[in-house]
Amino acid sequence: MLKLPMRNALLAFGIAALGALSAPASAAEHGAAVESRDWSFNGPFGTYDRAELQRGYQVYKEVCSACHSLNRIAFRNLSDAGGPGFTELEVRALAASYQIPAEPNERGETTDAEGRPLMREALPSDYFPSRFPNDNAARASNNGALPPDLSLITKARDGGSDYIYALLTGYGHEVPAGVTVNPGQYYNPYFLGGLLAMPQPLFANQVTYADGTEASIEQMAHDVTAFLTWTAEPKMEERKSLGFAVILFLIAFSGLCFLSYRKLWHGEH
Amino acid sequence: MSGPSTYVPKSGFARWMDTRLPIMRLAHDTVITFPTPRNLNIWYTFGGILAFCLGVQIITGIVLAMHYTPHTAMAFDSVEHIMRDVNYGWLIRYVHANGASMFFLAVYIHMFRGLYYGSYKDPREMIWILGVILYVLMMATAFLGYTLPWGQMSFWAATVITNLFSAIPFVGEAIVNLLWGGFSVDNPTLQRFFSLHYLLPFVIAGVVILHIWALHVPGNNNPLGIDVKGPQDTLPFHPYYTVKDLFYLSLFLILFAAFVFYAPNYLGHSINYIEADPLVTPPHIVPEWYFLPFYAILRSIPDKLMGVVALFGSMLTLFFVPWLDTGKVRSARFRPTYRIFFWLFVFDCFVLGYAGSQPVDGVLFNTPISLLLVARIATLYFFLHFWVIMPLVGLFETPKPLPDSIAKPVLQAAE
Ligand code: HEC
Ligand code: HEM
Repeated sequence: MLKLPMRNALLAFGIAALGALSAPASAAEHGAAVESRDWSFNGPFGTYDRAELQRGYQVYKEVCSACHSLNRIAFRNLSDAGGPGFTELEVRALAASYQIPAEPNERGETTDAEGRPLMREALPSDYFPSRFPNDNAARASNNGALPPDLSLITKARDGGSDYIYALLTGYGHEVPAGVTVNPGQYYNPYFLGGLLAMPQPLFANQVTYADGTEASIEQMAHDVTAFLTWTAEPKMEERKSLGFAVILFLIAFSGLCFLSYRKLWHGEH
Repeated sequence: MSGPSTYVPKSGFARWMDTRLPIMRLAHDTVITFPTPRNLNIWYTFGGILAFCLGVQIITGIVLAMHYTPHTAMAFDSVEHIMRDVNYGWLIRYVHANGASMFFLAVYIHMFRGLYYGSYKDPREMIWILGVILYVLMMATAFLGYTLPWGQMSFWAATVITNLFSAIPFVGEAIVNLLWGGFSVDNPTLQRFFSLHYLLPFVIAGVVILHIWALHVPGNNNPLGIDVKGPQDTLPFHPYYTVKDLFYLSLFLILFAAFVFYAPNYLGHSINYIEADPLVTPPHIVPEWYFLPFYAILRSIPDKLMGVVALFGSMLTLFFVPWLDTGKVRSARFRPTYRIFFWLFVFDCFVLGYAGSQPVDGVLFNTPISLLLVARIATLYFFLHFWVIMPLVGLFETPKPLPDSIAKPVLQAAE
């Protein structure tokens, strides 16, 4: 967190927010309208589709993780109830395929004789490692733009999962007249302002799905969005099923209360 | 109405206690035998619902505080830790976050109920004033709480609102620095906000006790707005109103649960799932829905100081309502003119709320009418309602004839 005293900026900002007469919002302040999709997790009874989440995980791992971290997810979460449903054995193997910085060894060293950082295989209890050691390193390899952590992304954008899907499939549109695309920028009408620093991330057949599903751009975008919806709201299935029981109980309880209320008040009104 | 106590201690221990700390007598007289008008309707169940909401916020809040870390570097992560790793942490947090909205929904219904049935009039002025104090404390508590998850909206709402105080002449700057604990919204701000957010609900609980105490001196008002004439007009609070309140509370809980389990983030703002960043200003800074009418009043005035004066003026106005309403009849059922203005005022609050939710330079539903103009008219009307319409209507209106008593079937067609 930056601790610059930004007093004047804040004051000016406060006045602008209050002073009712700030500059008109340009149309570019809103991205293009997104279409609602028919997700398996929509509605009060919607659940995640395990196969979809597993494929989505593959897309994240093979494509998005080149730039984006997933800090809030530990490997063990992949076998949690209500998630992608990997087995614990699979998770162990999957974690072991990642190398992460090791804890200091018994001599207190964190690097080997050649000065390279000591590494170890990840365990299920470890969190997904980031590709970059820090935000500035991530910026440096992305034209100055920070690829946001994806753990909460579907909850952190208006339009949620529909928006993420639209964004991922929203490349290749003709750039409207009057919009200048500078080097390192890409046009995507769904992004706020239309220009972002993420190049088109998905191309047909970029991954090979183990279950034989055809890896079209739409399919991969759909799968990875579903996966990211789970990472943002991992307790959704538990929430909906508990909610069902709670509401059923409350309806029954209200019914009982109503009957006692009517009986008690009979003739008293 | 609080009348002589009818409590009879039944056991030896109860008799012993009764002559030392008559707490069971107090409980008995307050929630068992308390004589309550027999004609209270659904709108009178919200007081109980509010007490329940306060209890829910305190209990869930205490549990959240066990896992939450009030530090700018860790607050956001600790909330996500609650959501992901704490057993039923997601439930506790969603109940607390939506509980605040439910609390405000209930308090607004409760307040409009008071305005409709004239519950603030002689001899109930103190109940009303304590109620307004509770409302202001709730707003402060909710504002402080919203800062705690340290998301983008948390940070920027805290920035905008604390900056308001800098408009106060001479001492403004000093007040803002005191609120911030420094020169910008930062870690000291978060820590003092957490401390105060933990404190205020208990202050609220204390004022609730005064509010109920004040209520139990004259007793409840009722939809007819006429005084209780004798025992035939009342029923003991228990079981009649305990059961009735429980029924409506249960219905209210269905709505509450629908939000918590099926739309837990519907009333929130997506950008509050982005960690606070003092260098990135969000395009629209919007408060929670329950603050929107006041936000519209604030923004409708171009001058910062006057905007703040209008904002605080609108809240202060509520304290004077018992004396601004000059009508002698309480219930709007018998006040044909006041009733029309009551509904216009409700409408005005919705207009303000809508205007507050839109960008300042917005227009009214695709028409060329500027929302700023709409907000200004609605703000003006807000003050007119209380300071001009209320006193005048009371003086000039001819109320309908009042029924003789609550118990007697009402012969006059009341509504
Ligand atoms: C080459 C690096 C790179 C890859 C690969 C990549 N991204 Fe990005 N992504 C970025 C950058 C850089 C940004 C920031 C864009 C900006 O703010 O202008 C970004 C932004 C985003 C955003 C935020 C958009 C917004 O509304 O702010 C999402 C969502 C996203 N990426 C999803 C993905 C997904 C899903 C994948 C995998 C299919 C992926 N990205 C692959 C670099 C990448
Ligand atoms: C009058 C009653 C209360 C109201 C109206 C209220 C309101 C709020 C609100 C609006 C939030 C932000 C929720 C979010 O967006 O995440 C919040 C957070 C919080 N509140 Fe309260 N609260 C109340 C009582 C309490 C009490 C009594 C405690 C502790 C004893 C408490 C502890 C917390 C904590 C730790 C958080 C941060 C965690 C989180 O953001 O979920 N609250 N409160």
